[in-house]
Amino acid sequence: MTSRIAKAIIEGNPRLIAKGISTVERGGEAAYELLGEIYGVGKSYILGITGPAGAGKSSLINALIPYLKNNFERIGILAVDPSSPFTGGAILGDRIRMIEHAVDSRIFIRSMASRGHLGGVSAATKDAAKILEAAGFDLIIIETVGVGQDEVEVVGLSDTVVLIQVPGLGDDIQVMKSGIMEIGDVFVINKADREGADRIARYIQSMLEENFSGLGYIPPVVLAQAVNDIGLDTIVEKIIAHRAYIEKSGEIEKRITKRIEDDIESILRFRVESFLKSRLDFDSRLPIWVERIRKGEETPFTLAKKLGGEILPNLMEN
Amino acid sequence: MDNRVRILIAKPGLDGHDRGAKFIAKALRDAGYEVIYTGIRQTPESIVETAIQEDVDFVGLSLLSGAHNISFPQVTELLREKGAEDIFVFGGGIIPEDDIPFLREKGVKAIFGPGTTVKQITDFIEEEMAAKKA
Amino acid sequence: MEKHHDDCHDHNCGQNPDCNAGFIRKKRAFLEAEKARWEQDSVKPLLGKAPERSDLIDYEGNVVERLAIPKDFDCAYEDKLGFPGEYPFTRGVYPTGYRGRLWTMRQYAGFGTAEESNKRYKFLLEQGQTGLSVAFDLPTQIGYDSDHKMSIGEVGKVGVAIDSLEDMETLFAEIPLDKVSTSMTINSTAAVLLAMYIAVGEKQGVSSKELRGTIQNDILKEYIARGTYIYPPRPSMRIITNIFEYCTQHVPKWNTISISGYHIREAGSSAVQEVAFTLADGIEYCKTAISTGLDIDSFAGRLSFFFNSHNDLLEEVAKFRAARRMWAKIIKEQFNAKDPKSMMLRFHTQTAGSTLTAQQPDNNIIRVAIQTLAAVLGGTQSLHTNSRDEALSLPTEDSVRIALRTQQIVASESGAANTIDPLAGSYFVEQLTDKIEAEAFDYIEKIEKLGGMISAIEKGYVQKEIQDSAYKYQRSIESGERIIVGVNKYRVEKEAPKELLKVDPSIRDVQVRKLEALRSRRNNDAVEKHLELLRKAAQSDENLMPHIIDAVREYATIGEISDVLRDVFGEYKEQVIL
Repeated sequence: MTSRIAKAIIEGNPRLIAKGISTVERGGEAAYELLGEIYGVGKSYILGITGPAGAGKSSLINALIPYLKNNFERIGILAVDPSSPFTGGAILGDRIRMIEHAVDSRIFIRSMASRGHLGGVSAATKDAAKILEAAGFDLIIIETVGVGQDEVEVVGLSDTVVLIQVPGLGDDIQVMKSGIMEIGDVFVINKADREGADRIARYIQSMLEENFSGLGYIPPVVLAQAVNDIGLDTIVEKIIAHRAYIEKSGEIEKRITKRIEDDIESILRFRVESFLKSRLDFDSRLPIWVERIRKGEETPFTLAKKLGGEILPNLMEN
Repeated sequence: MDNRVRILIAKPGLDGHDRGAKFIAKALRDAGYEVIYTGIRQTPESIVETAIQEDVDFVGLSLLSGAHNISFPQVTELLREKGAEDIFVFGGGIIPEDDIPFLREKGVKAIFGPGTTVKQITDFIEEEMAAKKA
Repeated sequence: MEKHHDDCHDHNCGQNPDCNAGFIRKKRAFLEAEKARWEQDSVKPLLGKAPERSDLIDYEGNVVERLAIPKDFDCAYEDKLGFPGEYPFTRGVYPTGYRGRLWTMRQYAGFGTAEESNKRYKFLLEQGQTGLSVAFDLPTQIGYDSDHKMSIGEVGKVGVAIDSLEDMETLFAEIPLDKVSTSMTINSTAAVLLAMYIAVGEKQGVSSKELRGTIQNDILKEYIARGTYIYPPRPSMRIITNIFEYCTQHVPKWNTISISGYHIREAGSSAVQEVAFTLADGIEYCKTAISTGLDIDSFAGRLSFFFNSHNDLLEEVAKFRAARRMWAKIIKEQFNAKDPKSMMLRFHTQTAGSTLTAQQPDNNIIRVAIQTLAAVLGGTQSLHTNSRDEALSLPTEDSVRIALRTQQIVASESGAANTIDPLAGSYFVEQLTDKIEAEAFDYIEKIEKLGGMISAIEKGYVQKEIQDSAYKYQRSIESGERIIVGVNKYRVEKEAPKELLKVDPSIRDVQVRKLEALRSRRNNDAVEKHLELLRKAAQSDENLMPHIIDAVREYATIGEISDVLRDVFGEYKEQVIL
């Protein structure tokens, strides 16, 4: 039995798709229920777009959309921006570069704040993508906050990762060293009219050829100028080519398997945690436990054993 | 449960004076809200689609060119048409007091004139959110 | 023994006791020590009993210096100040200042229809205004006809609606263009409005060579602060240089650009940023014009500027003086101009609209009076004073009259216009002038390093600087650290009802009907033909002006002309960095 909102999402109602995304952002039981209802519905190809701030990710996505529309019927875009660590608020400013597509019925754009989550996306990005998938978007683009060694969560979420660099944004060598070379399936040098573009493209190309020689796929490097409409059709070509590769080579099966594994783990964990918390009346008893530990009457370990004994006999044996 | 207020700040029509809108966007971010700012020269269609896709709680419209009696109702009416009248609209800029009753009748929940403090706006937001929950 | 000369500027020289500079160095050290003593003996004890106020901040939030004492003793006079009308023009661009001729009193106006605006212009000319200043509505500024979808709600609101030459003819009906000087606040569509003005002159029998006036025509600040851009930066610069070239030959008395800081200031910048970004824009225009083959001395003399006159009287006077000195140096040293006229920074000023309060609007009359004094003591060439009710609406006739009287009282009754650059030599003002110059040059250097102003704008650098200033300033008002009378202090519970101007909302309908009639009356083949020629010219590097004038004569509309250029050049998309 599907709820009204799940039905509407599957039918593609924009207002309820948006509300569905808000529900999974808020988390908790309602999110869990909704995700349960729509699990497995729809099939999307997921494109991750990542790169340092100033690389022009949003402008590139904006420019790619007309070309992507030749290959995909409906495109959903999740653009992630950082939340302020001090106030918890955020300015979500990626959308403004894609504003011309706001009224296109084939496009849906949602801005998400990282809400303290490290890794380049928000904790709910994966779930938001599931909502869009159930709503029938055959392509979902995830635009990350930025890229650094810690912000590579997008790799696990995506089928193809496009990594954008720009000339002149700092030391090229540092870029290579930071380990991000391994995460891109397609490399784009944006603002390629700037000085140094060819050089950095050749550098990356040679590194990739070194690292991936003999393997089935060497990530290509594309020179582009998003604002001048240059290189965009090539980028789309390379994305399609990568998709063909991972489908043929079985690579995509590995990725899907990993995602299902992650789903099982996180959903199970959520279920168990909520169950435990409610059964143990966790929130109201917590202050009492803290007091006891403070007074030295308990440790968290003895506590766990005791509580475990309350609901899960034999679970906490040494 | 991670419940955060989401607000769209938009400038409809041709007016390009965005100092106030940008200030409010930043101030609301500093107050802990998630703010989507879409820049100048927005059409009502674009504003409403954005509000819907972003599932915002509020839309703040800024206008200094005198076109508010046309532009603001365009947004509130379109929101209503699309079944999104639970998104509250507030406005700011150069809006004569005399026009406020008309705008409120057309669905604008509040008008914040010159001299408004950030606190007045955040109080309004908190009050409306509390009322929504109840 | 070698005697150092009086013109030794080495302030570290102290070897020779006969050296003038050595004397100065000793004197300065002595005074600094005296100041320290004064602070210790006289100020400190008093501070214990009566501490200083907490709102002693300037625009940027820095605490203002308690007391300025002499640092330079006359030997730098010739270099830094000089004489009015002579390089570096710190003390003014004309040798007789206002003693020869007062500044032009030029009140910006225009609203609704061309007929109503025409009436207001005639009223102002009768009241003693000496130049016309035209405000256009947003559709006209952004190249949309009144019947375009984007024009809904905007027609005639912030200025007059001009769709075609027909409206322009109505606007200047019975106003002899050879007898007035007209300033048009128009940027992206400046070429079109200028073309229309020329065509109106033709019909009056006035040659374009006799026309006097200004078009604002400063596209760079639109990207930074004002927002009425259409095309991207590079094609917009091309249009501007086409206008320079055309006017050099055909409209030689016309000021082809009013490089503007007013809006940058209104967007929340500091005084330093206002000067720095305006002059940086000016540098970019000069570079672009020169790159098309023009010689600096052929156009620089007709460049004019437009500044803001804000609340802090002393800082504003210092700002204007610093700007003059800086521009003179830039034109002489960076661009190697030979003609002193090229080095003169001539400017129009408007009192700061953003300082007007909606609360207790009569207070604004006083604010405007202070800002007027600042502009006059700063040596402006022309001045617009805001009306008291402009925080709420377009001004009523009464309010506009008071604004004009403010200028007239300062001119005739205050004595401020009777001597040249009266605040020169004030320790505080001279030090502030030097400080503003130094900080503004820092900004200009930074912008050069970023690749020039267009690059800096594309990178969002300029916009971010302004936004940060604006944010800080606004926060200081909200916290109460900065007092705004009537707003966060000295408030009244119930404000008196205000008499405000109401713009007739049916203006759009009037214009739409006019357009329909126009399109059926005119020679549409001729319009088509000239629009096509304009398109071809835009695709090549021909000068666009003659084609625009041709199109305008046939009553092509501003939307039709702008759309041709939109097709060829594309439209600019905002670069937002928050």
